[in-house]
Amino acid sequence: MFPSKLYTPLLLSLLALIVTALCALLLGRYEISIHELSTFIATLLGLSDMPAQRYDLLHSLIIEARLPRVVAAVLVGAGLSVSGAAYQGVFRNPLVSPGLLGVLSGCAFGAALGIIWHLPPLAIALVACMTGLIAVAVGLGIAHMFESPSILLLVLGGIVANALFTSLLSIAQYMADPVDQLPSIVYWLLGSLSAVDVQALWIIGPILGVAIVLLCLTGRAIDALSLSDDEALSLGVPVEQIRGGLIVLTTLICALTVSLAGMVGWIGLLIPHLARLLVGPGNTRLLPLSACLGGIFLLAADGVARSVSAGEIPLGIITELFGAIAFVLVLHRVRKGWL
Amino acid sequence: MKRLQARQLSYRIGDRLILDNVCLDIKAGDNIALLGANGAGKSTLMKLLLGLLTPHAGEVLIDGQPMGSMKRRAVARQIAYVPQSHVPSFPFSVAHIVGQGRLPNVGLSHAPSRDDQTYVQQALTDLGILHLSERPYTELSGGERQLVLIARAMVQRANIIILDEPVTGLDYGHQLRLLALLKRLAAQGISLLSSTHRPEHALASANRVLVLHEGRLIADGAPHDVIDSALMARLYQVAVEQIDTDGHRFFIPC
Repeated sequence: MFPSKLYTPLLLSLLALIVTALCALLLGRYEISIHELSTFIATLLGLSDMPAQRYDLLHSLIIEARLPRVVAAVLVGAGLSVSGAAYQGVFRNPLVSPGLLGVLSGCAFGAALGIIWHLPPLAIALVACMTGLIAVAVGLGIAHMFESPSILLLVLGGIVANALFTSLLSIAQYMADPVDQLPSIVYWLLGSLSAVDVQALWIIGPILGVAIVLLCLTGRAIDALSLSDDEALSLGVPVEQIRGGLIVLTTLICALTVSLAGMVGWIGLLIPHLARLLVGPGNTRLLPLSACLGGIFLLAADGVARSVSAGEIPLGIITELFGAIAFVLVLHRVRKGWL
Repeated sequence: MKRLQARQLSYRIGDRLILDNVCLDIKAGDNIALLGANGAGKSTLMKLLLGLLTPHAGEVLIDGQPMGSMKRRAVARQIAYVPQSHVPSFPFSVAHIVGQGRLPNVGLSHAPSRDDQTYVQQALTDLGILHLSERPYTELSGGERQLVLIARAMVQRANIIILDEPVTGLDYGHQLRLLALLKRLAAQGISLLSSTHRPEHALASANRVLVLHEGRLIADGAPHDVIDSALMARLYQVAVEQIDTDGHRFFIPC
């Protein structure tokens, strides 16, 4: 509960995130040197000067082509990680990931629908986001059908919502045109930042950014929820309201990340554990650190995804592959903590 | 002074009456043992007194004010709860767990102050567990965890502490030290209510005994007036021989 003076890990990780993001701007088929990037940024800020033609080239490369992707990577990575950390605290279970209540399957179904209906990218993103929220609402509704919803009932409601929307997704895939639509759905489900729609990013990005910052500030509330319900209540904490609010905020973040980048797996489970290894279980520091590390991880994974081969490997494959391997290492270190 | 009053409390689950018309009041310095067989309604009564359950009839008053009309944080500043210890999922430090006892006073939106940290250090020192301060709560023994939860209740600075079977799972030494600690707290004017399955503990350390039997409060008085072989037979359906020597009372199974 007492935030110790040790904010150092947070500042370091924030610094690392910025450095990684700058490196990601350098990365791509057209090489940009560090010197060029710094001159460009200085010019952009009006501190320096460079030839107009060169400036225009760099502007289209960096600002128009690479920056949206980098911003999206940071937001999606941070969003999924901080959501995962929050869910693990709220549900008092270190094995929980953000998909617990059905938001991801809901989003996947919505995106498949959008693709079948030939909607434009922005509309697909919005439909995906909506169905993600609906899926969680269904799960919560099922939990509320019985008395006051315990964590167990919430989880069971989530299982039902997950099953329901996974089957709806299967129906959508079954009905999709196998030549044209099915591959798009499958590719979308693999997760990728290559197709980040700038228009969608303009709308979704700010909301997502604000939601992530808000969630990062709820550490003390999540700490209080990690007690049993009775204990938290007897300490004056309005458990149900806080849990409800956190679930809404987290669901919104997850739905928005999926609508930007599709299904990017494993981050929400892996990164919080990594962060907990560094700063311990206190959520006031764990949440912001998870966000930073998540951003770094996804930037790195995206860097690998686009530079390993001439074509592009879907991001979801990279995160799952590296995530799974990294998780084993984390488990090895963390073993005595909670296993 | 009546700090906590229960008026005609009834609680049912479905058609089953768990508590039937229970009336009691808790005064400053009371060190109450709550006796009753499994399923007699002890836990339900404690949860009602803590405001964790809402009675189907009757009400609970804190300093004369109906609990139902009070904010949860205001209730938490008056009554602390020491549950049976369980191992949480995450290895929070002992200082962190105890620090959460400041929540009713500090709230969720503010960071705890230096004063709050001092309370935590003070409680840990009083209980002789300051050396555990930075240890993960998950790695402690059952007895140590129980002490940590009591420390949390102490930093809550509530006048009333309700303890759910505080000695359960503790070794002999920890049990006796814990009972002595409860006596000390009561001597400082804190009101205590502990549920227990050990009549001999109630005799040795409590100054008042409440007995629940099938949802009704059947006795309320000084331990030696209430606890005898007849009560043992009625509550637990066992025959015991009662031995009184030098003001001490023992039971031997016969």
